[in-house]
This record gives sequence, C-alpha cells and structure tokens, in this order.
Amino acid sequence: MNRLTVVDVARHYGRRKALSQISFTCDAGEIVGLLGPNGAGKSTLLNVLATLVTPSRGSVQYGDRSASEGGAEIRGVIGMLGHDLFLYPELTARENLTFFAQLYGVTGVAGTVTAALDQAGLAERADDFVSSFSRGMRQRVALERALLHGPRLILLDEPFTGLDQASTAALIARLQERQQAGCLIILATHDLDVAEGLLSRAIYLKDGRMVGTDTESGGLADRYRRAIQ
Amino acid sequence: MRKLTTPFIGLSAGMLLVAPWIINAAPYESTMGLVQKVFYFHFPSAILFLTASVICGVHSFRFLFMKRQSADAWALSAAELGLLFGALTLVTGPLWARKAWGVWWVWDPRLTSSLLLFLIFASYLMLRKYGGPGSERLAAGMALFGMLNVPFIYVSVNVWRTLHPMTSVVPTLPTDMGIPLWFCFAAFTMLFLALLTLRATLELQRARVEALYLAEEEA
Amino acid sequence: MSEFFRVAWHIVRKDMTVEIRSRELLFTTLLFAVSVVLVFSFAIVREGRAPDDVAAGILWVAISFAGTLAMGRTFERERYNDTLRALLLAPADRPAVYAGKLIGLLLLLGLVEIVLVPLVGLLFSAPIFSYPIMLITLLAAGTIGFAAVGTLFAAMLVRVRSRDTLLPVLLYPITIPVMIAGVRGTAALFQATPDEPMARFWIGLLIFWDAIFLTLALWTFEPVMTE
Repeated sequence: MNRLTVVDVARHYGRRKALSQISFTCDAGEIVGLLGPNGAGKSTLLNVLATLVTPSRGSVQYGDRSASEGGAEIRGVIGMLGHDLFLYPELTARENLTFFAQLYGVTGVAGTVTAALDQAGLAERADDFVSSFSRGMRQRVALERALLHGPRLILLDEPFTGLDQASTAALIARLQERQQAGCLIILATHDLDVAEGLLSRAIYLKDGRMVGTDTESGGLADRYRRAIQ
Repeated sequence: MRKLTTPFIGLSAGMLLVAPWIINAAPYESTMGLVQKVFYFHFPSAILFLTASVICGVHSFRFLFMKRQSADAWALSAAELGLLFGALTLVTGPLWARKAWGVWWVWDPRLTSSLLLFLIFASYLMLRKYGGPGSERLAAGMALFGMLNVPFIYVSVNVWRTLHPMTSVVPTLPTDMGIPLWFCFAAFTMLFLALLTLRATLELQRARVEALYLAEEEA
Repeated sequence: MSEFFRVAWHIVRKDMTVEIRSRELLFTTLLFAVSVVLVFSFAIVREGRAPDDVAAGILWVAISFAGTLAMGRTFERERYNDTLRALLLAPADRPAVYAGKLIGLLLLLGLVEIVLVPLVGLLFSAPIFSYPIMLITLLAAGTIGFAAVGTLFAAMLVRVRSRDTLLPVLLYPITIPVMIAGVRGTAALFQATPDEPMARFWIGLLIFWDAIFLTLALWTFEPVMTE
C-alpha cells in the first residue's frame, strides 16, 4: 500500500458530528500528525482509518483497495496502537506477543516474538506479567504488538501519553525506523514538542473538521495556534 | 402508501364505530355465548401481531445486510405496533379465557408463544431505548433472532401443551359469523397499515431533519 | 476455512491460559450454579420430597443463569484494555473471533455441567446414568444453542452501558425454545418410565435450532460489531 486517500469522510452520532468533510491524501514514508484539542475527532478518525468504524459518508482508499470491499486483506496492512494499549494484563509480555502473532497469521512466530521483545528492550522481562509493567514498558510491548505482522499503515492514538524522556526517545526512534522502511504512520497527539521534529505533515482538526494542513517543518506550536484559532 | 393513510384511518375509525352493531347482529356461538364475541377483535389483533413481527424481521434484515438506512424506520414502527397489537391480543385473550375456560391464563401454545413474542418486542424496544448510540444495528441483529424464532416457539410450545382452539376453526365459520369477522379484520388491518406508515414516516422525517441539521452547519 | 478454526483455536487457548491462572471464572460460575440448584431446591421441595420433573427444570435454570453470568464476564475481560478491538483488527474473518469465544464458553459450561448433573442426580434421585448418550447429546445441543445466541448478544452489548441487565432481557425470551426442549427432553429421560421417542424429538428440534441460529450468529457478527 503506497497511498492512503480519504475523501469527504464524515461520521455522525445522531446530531453530533464527530467528523465532517475530512479529505486528505498521504503516501508511504510520511509521518502524519493529527493535531487538535480534546473532542476534535482524532480518535474517531483513527478508528475510521482502522476500519473499526464505518463513516456515515465518504470513502477511504488503501492503495487500490477501498474500505468498503474491506475485509481481512485491508486489516493485514494496518497496525494500530490504541490509547488503551490492547494488552492482556494477565498474560506475560511474551504470551501477549505470541498470541497476537498467531492471531495475525505471522509465520515464524517464535522468531518474530523474540525479535519484537529485543526491539522493545524487554527481553529480560519477557516472562513477567504485563500488569507488573510501567506505562512506558507496556507502551513498548503494545507498539511491538501492533507491528508484529509488518503493517504498512501504522495508526497511533496519543502514543506519548505518560512516557518519560527515554521511552519517548525510543518510540520516536522506532517510528522513524519504520518510516525509513516505507511505512505510512499516522498519529494523533497533543504533545506538540515531541511532534515538532517528527512529523512530515500535520493535519489540524477542530470540532470534527479539518481546519488546516501543512508539510512545513519548525514552529509547529505557532502553526497549530493559527490553525486552531 | 402515504396517500392512503388518511382514508384508511377514516375508514377504519368509521368501521370500528359501526362494529358493535355488526358484532351484535352475529349469532351466538353454541357453547360460549356472548363472551365469544371478543373473538372478532382478538383474532385480527393476533394476526396483525404476527404480521408486525414478520415486517420487523424483514426490515431488520434489509437494514443490517443490505445497508438500507430507511428500513430501520419501518422495523422500529413495526416493533411498536407489534407491542400494541400484542398487548391487545394478550388482554382480549384472557378476558375471553376467563369466561370460556374459567381461568385467566393457561400455558397453552398460542398464549405462551404470544407472550414470548411480546417479550421479544419489548426487549427490542428496550435495547433501542437504553442501548445508547449505535443500538439500531444491535437491535436489528436481535430482531432477526426474535423473528426467526417464531416458528420454533410455536412448535415447541405446541408439543408442550394443547388447549387453545385449533386454527381450523376460522375457515369453517358460518357466514353470519364470517361477516363481522372479516369486517373487523378489514378495519384493524387498515388501522395497522395506516399507523405503520405514519410511524415510519415520522422516523424517516426525523432522520431527514437530522441530516438537514447536520448539512446546514457545513454550508 | 482452516484459517477460521486456527484463529478461533488461538483465542480459545488464550482464554484458557488466562483462566487457568486465576480460575476465577470457573470457580465463581460453578459456585453460582450450585447455589441456584440449592436455592430452587429449598424453594420447591416440600416435606422432604420434590415434585416430579422438577430435577430437569432446576438443572436447566441453573445452566442458563450460570451461563448468562459467564458470558458477561468473558466479554468484560475483552473490554478491559479494549482488546476486543485488537481482536477485530486481526486480518482474519471476524466470525472466527465469535467462534473462539463460543468454544471457550462451551468448555466452561461443559465443566459446570459435569458437576451439576451428578449433583442434581444426587439431590433428586434422578436416573442420570440410564441413557448417558442421549442425556449428553441433549445437554450439548441445548448448551450450544443457548451459548451461541448468548455469545453474540454479549459481544453486541460490550459497549452498551446497561449491558448487565440488557443481556438477560434480550437473551431469555429468545432462548425459551431451547429451555423448553432441554427441560422436556431431560424430564422425558428422568421419568419413572423414560420416554425415549420424546427425548429424541426434543434432541432433533434442538439440533435444528442450533444449526439455524449458529449460522445466523456467524452471519450477523460482523455487521453488528462494526460501528
């Protein structure tokens, strides 16, 4: 999948417009930021892109496949890191990763899991229960879980929440590595400082609408303020 | 259908006004006497109750699988009418039973199946009311289960009990009983169709108002 | 096809791993089922004797109450860290997720029934060993029917606020034919002179019901779970 095309996507819940008139295109190798205040629709948009929510209107195109044809093939190229991390606290890190690797049809499960644990820097804690991990450690496992099946479209919802410096740096490094590998990364975040050096494109959302988009670098905070005002 | 609602309501109101005289003119049934005449209201209510369930099921299917948004309004409307006519059936039935069989309620196939179907409608409407956003899809899924269940409810309860008059009674009715029956049946059916259309139209218009409201902000 | 069962199987294994560690669901469901049997027994038994046919009724009531509780709990676990979404994101047929959860629930209920049936046999002197194959088939067919609809409804209600009360409200009216068939069939086998043809009729009806509703559940799982 090389290009994601979103055309006039809207999502209503009764009279509440969670999203309206969202249109943009992005290509592989980009890191796109969805920026906006709380309730702007960032999570909803990510869920629509992940095919978990059907839009009330509009279409999403993944490369040459449209979301409505849908199904397993499209989900095969998508990896998502939700705000709630999607991990089972009663299982160990290794068991979590093994389960999802098996579920997502990864070949060579054991090898992939070991590589993922190394990537997350948690090889020594692999057999500890996830419930005993700190937020940062859980985040790292959760990210690797999302990447197990080698997705080309990576969606992240507020991934920097509650992370310390080291974890943030590690996350950024991982994302940049994926970007080099040709993945398209879309992340929703509040954290403008962190996003500053990371994003290749910014999409500003307010009250469910796109109020701006740019591909500049530097001065993100100002651009954000200008767009959201 | 929409154009017919007013004449239907007018006609059925008129017919129901006249009905008591027509029912009075019908002969008494040999064993049960006066109370049997509840049948003229009870039977159409029961049939329309079942019809409502079929309509609800069909439209739930169209909404869920064929993605026809408008079908949801008809499913909801049919469910509400199913509740109404079900209530009518379940009230007129025991009124009749008390005099004819000496008890208000027996666990025979028809009554039990009707009660169950009534409960299924009630739970459908409860899901729509308390299920929060997105409950229309959930309710549609649940409606499919409910409606597909109707023959099973009937068979299982049937083998379990038997006391209710058999279906074969209706075709063998003498004409002077047949006339008031079909008269009331026609009146009830017109009322049913009119109410169904009105309610569904109300829902569809509400959806249109919301769509307009949403579109207005984008203009 | 094998893809479907592979995914379902992994979900079953995952649930079993979680369950074996805490055994919470098994013990609480089991204890609850036994309590139901005892409470109903106390309510119905008079002067030390139970009315006829009561054993079958109590057994199935206990299974349905315990089952409803277990269903709610298995999906509660998937709600906790929103892992249900991760399951739905898997690049596999979504009904496989349903199948995995259903099989897990059936295993749990099977274990509960292994305890419940002898208990009921003991308390009511019911001849549970006279027609073992038929009894097992009857229990299996009934439990599958009940669990098939229940798993779907529990999944559907996972994001709904009043899910704990809505689940029984939705489930019980629809699974009444299963209850009737289960109770009547079991009663036919527990009678003084067992009525085999009757039991066979109910088993047949149950299998038919199961086939139809299992298919319907597999079909409706995806449309109903996508918002």
